[in-house]
Amino acid sequence: MMDCGLEGHAPGLFGPLRLALPAGQVTCLLGASGVGKSTLLRLLAGLPTGVAFEGQVKRLPAALMAQEDGLLPWLSLAQNVALGARLRREAPADPAALLAAVGLAGFEGRLPGTLSGGQRQRVALARTLAEDRPLVLLDEPFSALDARLRLEIGALALRLLAGRRVLIVTHDPAEAARLGDHILILTRAGLTRHPAPEGAVPRAHDAPQVLAAQAALMERLLA
Amino acid sequence: MKGLALALLLWQAGVWATGLPPYLLPGPWAVLQALVAHRGELAPAALLTATATLIGLALGAGLGIALALMMAASPRLGRAFAPLLIVSQSIPVFALAPILTLWLGFGMAPKLAMVVLITFAPVAQALHDGMRAMPTARADLAQVMGAGRRAVLWHLALPGALPQLASGLRLAAVYAPLGAVIGEWMGGAQGLGALMLHANGRMKTDLMFAALLVVITLALLLQGVVNRALQCALRRRGFAG
Repeated sequence: MMDCGLEGHAPGLFGPLRLALPAGQVTCLLGASGVGKSTLLRLLAGLPTGVAFEGQVKRLPAALMAQEDGLLPWLSLAQNVALGARLRREAPADPAALLAAVGLAGFEGRLPGTLSGGQRQRVALARTLAEDRPLVLLDEPFSALDARLRLEIGALALRLLAGRRVLIVTHDPAEAARLGDHILILTRAGLTRHPAPEGAVPRAHDAPQVLAAQAALMERLLA
Repeated sequence: MKGLALALLLWQAGVWATGLPPYLLPGPWAVLQALVAHRGELAPAALLTATATLIGLALGAGLGIALALMMAASPRLGRAFAPLLIVSQSIPVFALAPILTLWLGFGMAPKLAMVVLITFAPVAQALHDGMRAMPTARADLAQVMGAGRRAVLWHLALPGALPQLASGLRLAAVYAPLGAVIGEWMGGAQGLGALMLHANGRMKTDLMFAALLVVITLALLLQGVVNRALQCALRRRGFAG
């Protein structure tokens, strides 16, 4: 049996499926809106889904990063990064170092209201790293960003999360082709695997094998 | 400002045109004269009313905040108190004033009680609603981070409800002078409310209008100060507004 993932079905949403998340690698879950991919992620996070899932879920302690950054406007960036520790009354990891790692050195004392969308998502990434959990769940974390930032922050996230067990939920075939060690496609028909292009993640957006994979993935989404 | 000037002008013109006796409707000029002539009476009365308003507002806001925190901390209490809050807001406070006087005498106490009575509910209601309306993204994050109930209330729900608390406090600041005047009207021998009642009884309508003018000024001043203070607090805590 797998050590992290889920197996089962949700009547009315998806049929029987098996999703395994291998250790130390990035799994991209690609699918159209409303097909239930966020539901799968929420099941793995132990969050309420409003769906009757029948089957079993193998969870690990997780860190969550979503499309909405969830930054608290009244806390400084350093305090936002250390939010998990604050909520659990633990000593925080070094927020300044984490902010520096995402390219926001010297921003510790700023409030989130003064940041751009890309900077906010960088802070959310630093907060996710601060959690230091064996499983990292990314729920369309880059879809509200423009194309350039999407590339930049996606690559940054993968560099900083290297060696961890990561699930990225996305509706963007290009993102899946660039970022996934494994690529899974969720459609009404079920969950299927698509071979990932060659090369270590994050892959260059314009590499021929990435572009080919992107086209093939789009084809399967449209099917 | 232009609208106000126009209204005053129309008022004065109306008094001249209709020739109404001053005890029925004094013109703004007569009111202003009364204001100056009776300043020795009006000033201490205004001070008393302002004191009752401020202390009552502080007590009412404190009670409202405490109540909202209690309701948020215990959903059971929340369910029990929520309808009571709505009921308390629909009580005609005028009807209560004689009873409060009976219970608490003729001094400051019944006035304070009246102010507390009409200010605590909007504050409690606004803060409680704000704490319950936490964005889903925030709640998800807290749950995945393994936060306990109390940590969520204290670190997320309460500070996140500051904008709602601010609107509750703004509303309370509008009601507070009203409460003080009603209290003085019914039971107080002093203060602007009592002064208005006496002036009315002696047909000194110009003095009554002058007292009313002072009440309105006090109320606007209080709203202005409270709004400004809340705006600063919100901005300092990273909320737009």
